[in-house]
Amino acid sequence: MSTLPRAESSPLLEVRDLAVRFRLERPGGLLRRGHDELRAVDGVNLVVRRGETLGLVGESGCGKSTTGRAVLQLLKPSAGTVVFDGQPIHDWWVRKGRRWVWDARLRELRRRMQMIFQDPFASLNPRMTVEAILTEPLRNFGLTGGGDRRRRVQELMATVGMDPRFIRRYPHEFSGGQRQRIGIARALALGPDLIVADEPISALDVSIQAQILNLLARLREELGLTMIFIAHDLAAVRHISDRIAVMYLGRIVEEADAREIVAAPRHPYTQALISAVPVPDPVQEATRQRTVLSGEVPSPVNPPSGCPFHSRCPLREDRCTRDVPVLREIAPGHRVACHLVD
Amino acid sequence: MTLPERSPSEPAAGQATDLVVGTSLWADAWKRLRRNRMAVASSGLILLLAVACLVGPPLIAATWGYDEQTQDLAYGPQPPSWEHPFGTDFYGRDLLVRVLSGGRVSLTVGFLAALVAATIGTVYGAVSSYAGGLVDAVMMRAVDVLYALPYMFLVIILVTILGKSLLLVFLALGAVGWLLTARVVRGQVMSLKQQDFVLAAKSLGTPGRDIVFRHLIPNTLGPVIVTFTLTVPSMILQEAFLSFLGLGVQAPRASLGALINDGANQMLVFWWTLVFPGSVMAIMLFALNFLGDGVRDALDPRMRR
Repeated sequence: MSTLPRAESSPLLEVRDLAVRFRLERPGGLLRRGHDELRAVDGVNLVVRRGETLGLVGESGCGKSTTGRAVLQLLKPSAGTVVFDGQPIHDWWVRKGRRWVWDARLRELRRRMQMIFQDPFASLNPRMTVEAILTEPLRNFGLTGGGDRRRRVQELMATVGMDPRFIRRYPHEFSGGQRQRIGIARALALGPDLIVADEPISALDVSIQAQILNLLARLREELGLTMIFIAHDLAAVRHISDRIAVMYLGRIVEEADAREIVAAPRHPYTQALISAVPVPDPVQEATRQRTVLSGEVPSPVNPPSGCPFHSRCPLREDRCTRDVPVLREIAPGHRVACHLVD
Repeated sequence: MTLPERSPSEPAAGQATDLVVGTSLWADAWKRLRRNRMAVASSGLILLLAVACLVGPPLIAATWGYDEQTQDLAYGPQPPSWEHPFGTDFYGRDLLVRVLSGGRVSLTVGFLAALVAATIGTVYGAVSSYAGGLVDAVMMRAVDVLYALPYMFLVIILVTILGKSLLLVFLALGAVGWLLTARVVRGQVMSLKQQDFVLAAKSLGTPGRDIVFRHLIPNTLGPVIVTFTLTVPSMILQEAFLSFLGLGVQAPRASLGALINDGANQMLVFWWTLVFPGSVMAIMLFALNFLGDGVRDALDPRMRR
């Protein structure tokens, strides 16, 4: 856990009412054409302070990756704003007096926020050498030229624990863990402040996962990175995160300090998630109480009325099917969206 | 192939000089192609034909003093002999020289037309697909419209309007032949642009032009090269067809198609005027097709059997 004094540090990233909706064309004749709307992210509010690591947890399809991508503007948000270091980010045509001009601020901000991808096999261009992959960001921003560039690339390789002599190799000549290190090096090339790590270890062998997790933790300390760490299980996230936000069906249902959320989860969904984490003690594990959720995640095309979780909630009441619960603070730094929590 | 990971604690060499050079996917494909005996033999044959077509006519002109237009009217058509291995045609012109210079025309037209087609098609398909949305829809409908027109009809119109020079023949062929490549590349890019490395490039601030030319197109080149090697023979065939119709290379110059046309008219009397150009053409097409198959197998080892 980061040792930075959290209370004093100012927010680096603020996400306000972020929504990402996808249009799904309904199959049908030319005349009976219609479309459905998939609400991947439905009004997410987040604040990430400088030097902090926020874990974003949820089942597959809950919109956590989409949130990450929308924060970096790799997907255009349908609504809401992302404020990075006090500046609202947008990359489109803005009206300046009588003319429309391209706001290029995002390109500059790109240098300061980067992404680590889940699948190290898909995230590296198979036709490029490692050197070309790591040089690309430097070239895009005209950073360091000529021989300095190669030195910088080799520095990056060393930073992520790879042999700098391998820069002329191709991605297919490395193992999954090594490729993920290259992906991390690429994200670090521009010296970013914020890194969104989108399930960076879930595609790796279990034996490699810890290595990569430790590498990320070390880099975070050394480079003072702010991170959003996306994962589908709490086990991986709880050790690296300062705070954890739990997502369900495009919304944040609970957000709190990492230790607190693991020790005293308030939202029934979070409680189910916590109880799904195995305990590394066979005696305890055998007698452990588990909350097993029934049913499937509802479709984000047709979300349930009221509380999005009511269809699977063991504590469901009448008002849960009618009213949407708001995310409210129940203790300092602990926010929950549930009618039953006081 | 993978080496053991170095632990992060190991000291980093400031500037390592002894770089480990990797094998690119191209080098890998090249290795596989060289192991394919049929493909190697075919490319050898094509090379041999190309060299013969290039060097043959001037060499014969220098040694025996005649070229593909020199007539020996006193003799007229002669069957193959030691003096004229392929015989002579109706006007007493040596058929070997005519086949060689005709082969040069056919190979040039085939390769250049295929190159024009591949270049236009690749860029068009990649840009269309990357732009997506309305731009893509409009660009691909244009392809559909061109596709719906009878292909040869279009070439014939182009050749008639533009004139009958050799340059225009391959331009006309290339200008119509890119449709298939455009569709192939568009399909490839459609799936490629969903991949994380394209997203990564975007997040690294790579401009769209670089994403298309440095990330997307290099990854589509496999199918493009395959389409290319299979387009060359079809272009040669089409040039032959145009010449057959009298729209391609004009007499007294020769192309394989024109020679076959002449030969076909006289095949019952002067059989060699059809057999020799026809055989050379057939061998050329076989070799090109086998090479194309070999390249496809080399680039995509999973497709093999």
